[in-house]
Order: sequence, then C-alpha cells, then structure tokens
Amino acid sequence: MELLRHIIFWLFAVLTVGSAVVVVFHPRVIYSAFALLFTFFGVAGLYVFLSADFLAAAQILIYVGGILTLIIFGVFLTAKITTLDIPHQTHQRYVALVPIVMIAAGLFTVVKNTVWPTAPLPHHPTTQVIGELLLTKYLVPFELASILLLAALIGAMRLARYYRKRED
Amino acid sequence: MNSLLVYLTISIVLFVLGLLAMMTRKNAVSVLMGIELILNSAGLNFVAFSRFSTGNLNGQTAAVFVIIVAAAEAAVALAIFLNLYRLKATAEVDQADELRG
Amino acid sequence: MTEPALYILLAPLAAFAVMIFFGKKLPRGGDWVSLFAIWSGLAVSLYLLAQVLFAYDPDFCETRSIEWLVWGDFRLAAGMLIDNMTVVMLVVVTLVSAVVHLYSVGYMRGDPRYTLFFAYLSFFSFSMLGLVLAENLILIYAFWELVGLSSYLLIGFWYEKDSAANAGKKAFITNRVGDAGMLIGILLVLSSLGTVSLHGIADGVAAGKLGGGLLTAVGICLFMGAVGKSAQFPLHVWLPDAMEGPTPVSALIHAATMVAAGVYLVARLFVILSFDASVVIAYVGGFTALFAATIAVAQNDIKRVLAYSTLSQLGYMVMALGAGAYTAGFFHLVTHAMFKACLFLGSGSVIHAMHHALQHTGSHADAQDLRNMGGLRRKMPLTFWTFLISTLALCGVPLMSGFLSKDSILAGTLAFASEHPAHWLLPVFGFAAAALTAFYMFRLVYLAFSGTFRMGADAERHLHESPSVMIVPLVILSTLCFFGFYTLPAFNPTTPEGGWFAHLLPTPARAYGVAHYAADLSHETVVPGEAFEQVAPHAEHSAHGSHAIHTIAMMISIFVAGLGILIASMGYYWNRISPALWQRRLGFVYRGMYRKWWIDEIYDVTVVWGTLGFTRVLTWFDLRVIDGLVDGSAWLTRQWSRLSGWFDLRGVDGFVNFTAWFVGIWGRFVRLFQGGQLQRYILYTLAGVGLVLILSVLQ
Repeated sequence: MELLRHIIFWLFAVLTVGSAVVVVFHPRVIYSAFALLFTFFGVAGLYVFLSADFLAAAQILIYVGGILTLIIFGVFLTAKITTLDIPHQTHQRYVALVPIVMIAAGLFTVVKNTVWPTAPLPHHPTTQVIGELLLTKYLVPFELASILLLAALIGAMRLARYYRKRED
Repeated sequence: MNSLLVYLTISIVLFVLGLLAMMTRKNAVSVLMGIELILNSAGLNFVAFSRFSTGNLNGQTAAVFVIIVAAAEAAVALAIFLNLYRLKATAEVDQADELRG
Repeated sequence: MTEPALYILLAPLAAFAVMIFFGKKLPRGGDWVSLFAIWSGLAVSLYLLAQVLFAYDPDFCETRSIEWLVWGDFRLAAGMLIDNMTVVMLVVVTLVSAVVHLYSVGYMRGDPRYTLFFAYLSFFSFSMLGLVLAENLILIYAFWELVGLSSYLLIGFWYEKDSAANAGKKAFITNRVGDAGMLIGILLVLSSLGTVSLHGIADGVAAGKLGGGLLTAVGICLFMGAVGKSAQFPLHVWLPDAMEGPTPVSALIHAATMVAAGVYLVARLFVILSFDASVVIAYVGGFTALFAATIAVAQNDIKRVLAYSTLSQLGYMVMALGAGAYTAGFFHLVTHAMFKACLFLGSGSVIHAMHHALQHTGSHADAQDLRNMGGLRRKMPLTFWTFLISTLALCGVPLMSGFLSKDSILAGTLAFASEHPAHWLLPVFGFAAAALTAFYMFRLVYLAFSGTFRMGADAERHLHESPSVMIVPLVILSTLCFFGFYTLPAFNPTTPEGGWFAHLLPTPARAYGVAHYAADLSHETVVPGEAFEQVAPHAEHSAHGSHAIHTIAMMISIFVAGLGILIASMGYYWNRISPALWQRRLGFVYRGMYRKWWIDEIYDVTVVWGTLGFTRVLTWFDLRVIDGLVDGSAWLTRQWSRLSGWFDLRGVDGFVNFTAWFVGIWGRFVRLFQGGQLQRYILYTLAGVGLVLILSVLQ
C-alpha cells in the first residue's frame, strides 16, 4: 500500500514537471496549452497528497475550467487560424539559461540548507476550516479579492471592447 | 509525500520553468502560461509549508488567493493581448518595443 | 482621545472625496462641505485642548495603533500618538486652516476652479493633520509627501500662468532633495534599531543601541527633510517662488502649517539629537534667519517680503531647537503660525483691493508691488489695524505673543552660547535678524499703508475694504497675537514661564545623554574630559541658564527691535533718511540683498547647467561612438581639451572630468539595455536576482 502511494506520488510529480517542460519547450502553442492542462492536474494531485482536498478541487475547477479555457481562447483569438499548428518562437534562449541556472541553484541551496520548522497538519477535511478562515481572519482580503475580480471583469471587458467599436 | 524538500524542489522546477517561458517565449499567450506556472509553484509552496511547517491552514487560504489572483490576471492579460493583436497584428511581445531607449 | 482625533483627521478627507466627486453639483460649489469639515475639526480640537488643559499633565501621552504590516520580526504599526504637542499642533492647524477656508470664500469667489480649490484645501488639511498625528517615522514620511503633493497642487493652482506651474515644480523638486536625505535617515534608524515608532526610537537611543557618529548622521539626515520642507538655507529657494499660489494658500501652507512641519519633525526628534547634530541644526537655522532677513529688506513684492520673513522666522525656530531651547522653538512655531497667517491674509486683502482698483482704471501695474501702494490705511482701516497688530507681534514688541516666543529663543541661544562660548555666533545671528525683522516689517507697513496712494486718484476711488468673510479671519488671528492667550494662568507679559504652554511642553531630557552616562558607568572606560563634556545633556543646563540670562536677552531684544523700527520710521515715515541714497551707498550689499544673494543664479550655474553639461557630454559621446573612433587621437585630444577647458571654466577639477566621462560611457552602456523589450528587462532583472541569491548563498 505504501509502495503504491509512493508510485502514484512520483507519477504525479513526473506528470507535473514533465508537462511543464513541454509547456515551455514545445514549438506549437496548442500543445503547450494542453500540456499546461496536465501540469494543473499534476499540481492538483500533489495538493491531494498534501491533504489539501478543497484546493485540489478548486485547482481543477478554476484553472482547468476557467483559466486554461481563457488561454486557449487567447491563442485562437490572437492568431490567424488555418490549422492547429500555431507556432510560437523563442528568443534569447541560451542567454536566459544563465540567470535561470543561477536562480535554480541558489533557491535549491537555500531550500536544502535551511532547517524548516516542522509542525505537521493533521489529516482531516479542510473545506470547512478554510471557509471559516475566509469569513473571519481573512475577511478583508476575501472581500478585496471580490472587488479585484469585479474590477478585472469590468476592466477586461472595457479593454477588449474598445477597439472593436472603432473597427466597426 | 514524504518530505517538504521534495515538494519544494518540484515547486522550484515549476518556478524556474515559468521564468524561462516568460523570458524566451515570443508569443504573449505562452508568456502568460509561464506566469501560470509560477503562480502554481507559489501555490504549491504555500500548501506544502501549510502541511509540513505551520500546522495550520493559513497557507492553504493563501493558495486560494493565489488562484483568485491568477484568474483575474489571466482575464486582464488576455484583454491586453487582444488589444496588442489588433494594434500590431501580432501577439508577439518583442514587437511591442515603443519604449526603446 | 483617539476617536475625536480620528474624526479631526478623517473629516477633511471625507470632504475632499465629496468635493472631488460631487462638488460641482452642490450648491455654492460645495464650499460649505469643506468649511463644515474643518470648522467641526476645529471644535473637536478645542475640546481636546480643553481636556489637556484640565489634565495639566506634562507627561500626557496616548497612543493607539493597528498592525499594518508584519514582515518577519519587523512590525509596522499605523497609529497615532497624541500628546500635548500633538494637541497644540492640532489646534494650530485646524484653526489656521479653518480661518483660511473662510477667507477663501471671499478671496476665491468667481474663480473657475472654486470647487477644486476647496477640495485641495481639505486634502491639505487631511495630510497635515495626519503628519501631526502619525506615530512612526514611516507614516510621518507618507504624510510628509502628501503635504508636499498638496502644496505642489496649490502652488500651481493657477497653472495657466507659467510662473505658477514652474514654481510648483521647483517646490516639488527642491523638496525631493531634502526628502531623499530624510528617507536615508529613516532607513538608517530602521536598520540600526529595527523600529520606526517615535517612542521606540527614543527608547532605543536611550538604551544605547544607536549612538556616536551614526546617531549624528541619523539626526542630520532626518534634519535634511526638515531643511527641504521648512525651507532652510541651502534648499530655501522654493518658498519665495511658492508665493505664486493663491494668497490663502500662502498663508495656510507656506507660512503657518506645512513649512512648520520641518520644525515639528525636529521637535519630535529632539530627544535623539546628538550634540553635533544639534549644533549643525542650530547653525543652519541661525544662518537662515539672518540670511533671509537681509533679503527681505530689499524686496518690493509684498508677498515676497513676507515669504523671506517666514524663512527667517523658521530659521529662528530651527536654531532654537538646535540650541536646546525646545519650548521656545515650538512656542515660536505656534505664535508665528497665528501672526504670519494673519499677515499673509492681510496682504491678500491688500492685493485683492489693489487688483480691483487697478482693473477699474485699466492699469497693468503690479498689484503686489509695494511701490504702487501707499495710504491704504484710510481706505482699509480694519486690514491696516490687524496687519499692524501682527506686525508688532512679528517684530517682538512687548505685550505681543511674538515678544514672548522670540525672546525666549534669544534667551535660549544666549544661554547656549554662554555655556559653549565657541558658538557665540548663534545669538549674534538671532539679534541681527531681530533688528532686520523690525526694520523690514515697518518698511512694509509704511510703504503700503502710510503716505499717499501712488497710483493716482482715479484708482484710489475704487479702493475699498475687503468683504467681511475676509475680515473676520484677520480679526480672529490678530486677536491671537496678544500675549494673554499663551501665558495663562500666570499672565506674565515678559516670559512664557508659568503659563500653560511652558508647563505642558517642557524641554525633554535628551535620550543620548542618558545612554552615554550608562555606558560610561558600566564599561569604566576612561572618558576624556572634553568628550564627556560634549555628550553631556545641555538642554537642562540651558533651561537653568535661561532664567539668569533672560533679562539680558529681553533688554537686548527690545533694544534691537526698537532700533529697527526707529530706522524704518526715519527712512519711510519721517523721511529723515533717504532709502535711495543708502541703496547706492551700500552698493554691492544692496544688490546682493535685492538679487537674493544670487542663490537662484548659483543653482542655475551649478545644478542646472551642470545637468545640461552632462547631457551635452552624453550627446557628444553618442556622436563619437557612431562616427567611430576613426578620426584618431588628434581629434580625441582636441575634444578632450575642449571638454577639460569647458570644465576648467566651471572651476571643476579632473575628478569631475572623469565622472562626466564615466557617466557618458555609462549612459551609452545603459542605453543598450533600454531595448523597450519587456523580456530583456525580465532577463536583466532575473540576472540581478540570481546574482544576489548566489552571493547571499555563498556567504
């Protein structure tokens, strides 16, 4: 049983990282977008292993259902669609490796050498507790987040409509 | 699964890949995907610390906010890309260089 | 007491919001919204003052804060600190602001942006009150910038005039120089003490966590902010130009409240000032006091005379704080706010009338020029009498509030100098400035109000007293120029001692002194006598010395004020001395005073031309790089010699040459990075982040 859990965990880890690599390096946008789908799934799976059931569900609902759809819309709306082979080019690929390697090495060293405090979380459903937190301790950020979403909604509509009116 | 380190490592890898996408991809939507990777890595970090280090759910709540911000950001970003596309007939970020010194 | 204070703070903000969004739709342009906010604020402030007076406790202090930012061990609170000083400041700010609001109803009538003006006034009141109430340095800094912003908006209120727009920019940019220093000071405090709250800093310094040279540096850096905002010597140039703003603004912001913010800040930080820092502060203030007074003597624009007078009086306050006369300095802030606001409003009333009269006759003469006025006493009696009363207060004539405060400052500096004879220059600055103040103020009064009107009988017929909304503020403020309000219950016309003010705001002990004593005792280190003497707290000594020296100071100050008034009367009233003759006799000195000692020109030559020169060098390097290095060393040498010749003309040495060259190369280099491509920027940023990360890991 323990072995099975290990195997599944590593499957999710490999799925996450592997599909993230595809997102970054695949030459076709659509493939990248779908690889992103798997990354999101992988992260959701990792959330499950971290006993964050609510977040895993939210991750799938919002990321896969909302954000990814938006992204795919974005791909279609910003390209002249003839086939699904919309390429996306890259530049400064090798220069970029320098800071990337530095940051990765630095972060990893920090993570490895720091002694993190340990206070494990007991396993039980989190939804109720998160809900209570959102309506008590985090009430103000929560309400602000609503306002942010509203502002983003209106702002996005305003931005997207402006030129259409001029074109008509 | 077994230790904080594994999750943090996965999170670092996601983060770094996201940075790479942000820097190298020409297509604006791909850059956005890179940003989503970074946000995911941040969320993963929050949850991992919440699970192993703090013993409370504040981290998970923060991750909820990360998701909210990601949604808002994606909507606005795509609206901006649409404008960029209409303005320049392309969604490639390196074409937008009006601020060249 | 925090709830009423919160009301005082937030009422103007609410008024500002209402005015900005709905002001134009409200009846009367919505001026009553702002008026109500500030007058109710004044009422609440007076209530707080009454409470403080009944408590009569010098150590009264109340704080209330909410946690604003938590970052690791660093906690930043957003809170207010209410002690006697805060309450007095609240009353001063709301009182002056309230009467200025009232006055503006008359003065700004018919202005196309009437509503906006009141919105800005409310916004300024909010920022200033926030600055007064703020409990930690970062909050003070935030409000500090907000008052700067509202000052900028109000100076440039008539932005159609180029001079007004430029004056606003000048004020903003000049203040930036000082604020940079202040920010450095705050960061120094934060990094060495880990707290920015005023009490925390005082405690930290008292515990010896911050001392020596660093403490002096902190004091001077924070004082730099005050130099900018209170327009002390090197950065004073913006204040006279700020007179381009509407006159009520000059009275409120550039005479009574905002410019006093610097003094307020120094007073707040008084306990942590090291001896060296205080000496620097005292000299800057003293020099400004004399320097500005000499300029005021030769100005002909009524508002400019008052502006330089403000500079000079601010210099007094700063000098007093530097010399350890804490109570006197802060007392002068309060009395000065009253009489200087009254003077400015009075000059506004004069300008208003002059403008009106000149418009009727179609004359384009300057309505603010003293040489065009004269004989206004008969036409505007109320303006004249209030103006005269506040002039007497400013000159330090006995029975007036200014006499009390100025006198205690002079006594304080005299006491300081008697204790440290090396600093004998400070009282000299003070008394010389006092004589000049009396002279130029009476020159102003005689030129404007006595004799005959110089623009002809036709215009004179159109001169008339200002409407009563403008007169009532003058009467209120000039009433507050009498000594009685400040010396109750002792009611002593010669000294503030024994009055509520001196009782509620005694000079605090310096924190650094305590620390040094403690350190000396614990470490048993041999302290050289001289060093020990230097760190000894001198504030108490000064306070004791003041009593003995007070009488002397009083005599001299009455004498010099009388001398100034006498000379002004001889020159401009009895005509026994010819001013024109003396202008010629003084020659260079007079021209210096008239041209404001060429400070603006000096800044033009050094700062402005220097910047332009740098740009020119940068352009030149661009050309050279584009043309290639082909032309060889002869060309290069020629350009080099021209460049160094250009610099030799400015009298700058080879080091600056190198700097310019380096900046040129650097600009060229940096230009490469400004590709306009976002992803390039991300790359550079991340490279920096990575570098920092690696370095910190390797450490």
